[in-house]
Amino acid sequence: MTAVRPDRTRVPAVEVRELRKEFRRRVKTDGRFARKRRLPALNGVTFTIERGECVAILGRNGSGKSTLIRLLSTLLLHDSGTALVFGHDPFTSTRAVRRLVNRVSVEASFFKRMSAEENLAYASRFYGLTHGETDELIPDILARVGFPAERRGEPMENLSRGMQQKVALARALLTSPVLLLLDEPTTGLDPRSKLEVQEFIKDVRAEHDATILLCTHDLAEAAALADRVGILDRGELVCLEPVESLLRRYDASTLEAAFFAATGEALGAEDDEREVFD
Amino acid sequence: MARQVAFTLRHELVGLGGVVERNWYLVKRYVWWELAFFVWTVANTLTIVFIAKGLRAGGAPVNVDRLTTVLLIGAVIWAYLGIIFEVLTETVAWERWEGTIEYTFMAPLSRPVHLFGMGFFAVCYGVVRAGLLFGVVAGLFGLSLPDANLAGAIVVLAVASVSFLGIGMMTAVLPLVSPEKGTQLGFVAQGVLLVVSGVYYPVSVLPGWMQWLSTISPATYALRGIRAAILDGAGLGTLWGDVWPLLAIGAAAIPLGLETFRRGERYAKRHGKLKRSG
Repeated sequence: MTAVRPDRTRVPAVEVRELRKEFRRRVKTDGRFARKRRLPALNGVTFTIERGECVAILGRNGSGKSTLIRLLSTLLLHDSGTALVFGHDPFTSTRAVRRLVNRVSVEASFFKRMSAEENLAYASRFYGLTHGETDELIPDILARVGFPAERRGEPMENLSRGMQQKVALARALLTSPVLLLLDEPTTGLDPRSKLEVQEFIKDVRAEHDATILLCTHDLAEAAALADRVGILDRGELVCLEPVESLLRRYDASTLEAAFFAATGEALGAEDDEREVFD
Repeated sequence: MARQVAFTLRHELVGLGGVVERNWYLVKRYVWWELAFFVWTVANTLTIVFIAKGLRAGGAPVNVDRLTTVLLIGAVIWAYLGIIFEVLTETVAWERWEGTIEYTFMAPLSRPVHLFGMGFFAVCYGVVRAGLLFGVVAGLFGLSLPDANLAGAIVVLAVASVSFLGIGMMTAVLPLVSPEKGTQLGFVAQGVLLVVSGVYYPVSVLPGWMQWLSTISPATYALRGIRAAILDGAGLGTLWGDVWPLLAIGAAAIPLGLETFRRGERYAKRHGKLKRSG
């Protein structure tokens, strides 16, 4: 895979300028038979992530976090603005971007009757990895994420959420992504599993020199993992800076207080009208 | 340059193998469903094939063996086409059901190769299933088929499969564009195709406008060619009259299918439908 990779030392990992994405949605308050309106899921978002950096984006449900991740992972087309992933446009040079990116979402998303090994095997073929290359790699990676060897052949539907999420991390790592997009990777996990996943993310960053974009509404997770934290509110990126700087800017003692000061809402609150965007 | 082409080609071939591998895992994991579905198909075919004996019992002057074979070929082609359409529709529908659609569609595998992988599996699986169905029902009825040119029938089926895959690619995109109704629309397309193609009757009994449609349906030539090969032992020279229209329709259907899917995928990416919940 290295043959087609760009010179990543010269370009930022992610460069987004005035990115806008709208969806046509029927607004509840307009009544059942009202015409759909174009509503911005992302509105003029601008930021840069340097190579090797870990950036966390905080936002309520419906704030546009998942839309941002899906735009960068080539699953959506934008309406205006620009985005570059290691210098490649995710809307036109999809193939180049796809080779560099992988993601872990809140839902583990596997063929549930198939085993962890089978799910990882077919997924790695899509990235050009042959049986010869994955025969040892898959057991190694599953062992690294703390997945018990004796359960590798069990259907995914028999595994706990925490176990499934570990396999999702293994799937993302298997393809050696230089940009890892994490969309609420620990939501719904028990405290122990959450901690294990967070430790693993730290290891990945240290060992693989991966750049990480973490979208979450877990403040402690953002503070523990990220170099810079951004706040996305109603599709607009309100700020993006190191935690200390963020606290100073909003004269807050905690990230929660800073988030409230920046958005006027608590992080746990949901924006009902915009929830459809996530 | 040559190295880059070789790298890309290898990557795509490994990816195509991954698509086939995944479908094979699914067949193994759902083996009891497969068996139940096969028994249902046999029962369904018997209800059609017994019509020949029913007509004879009612006093109609029919050659029971010949009519039984005509009906059996219609039922087997119906089942085969159903498998091709079903597998190709699963390119989107099953992925969405399992929640893996975003991971598959953001993998660096070109869409034509992805679709050809699904098509290759569909043809292999369909041939095995259709062959078993034909063998089981022919055995139950004691059909001897002394004049059958089985090799000729297989050639016609193989050439027809190219056209079926092209049309299947067009219907495969429907669940992407319309998550709620797309799969059902695929069944409608399959039914219409067979109704106008003389699945259990000569095309000449159809109304004029349906007869016109039958001239552009590949199933018309497939059914006529396979019946000629099995019932009358027609050689390749005679079958050419049905093979060349199939080649022509296939040459148009594959690019049309790929382009339809490309446009559908673009529409889904524009409107945010390329995700698990539609």
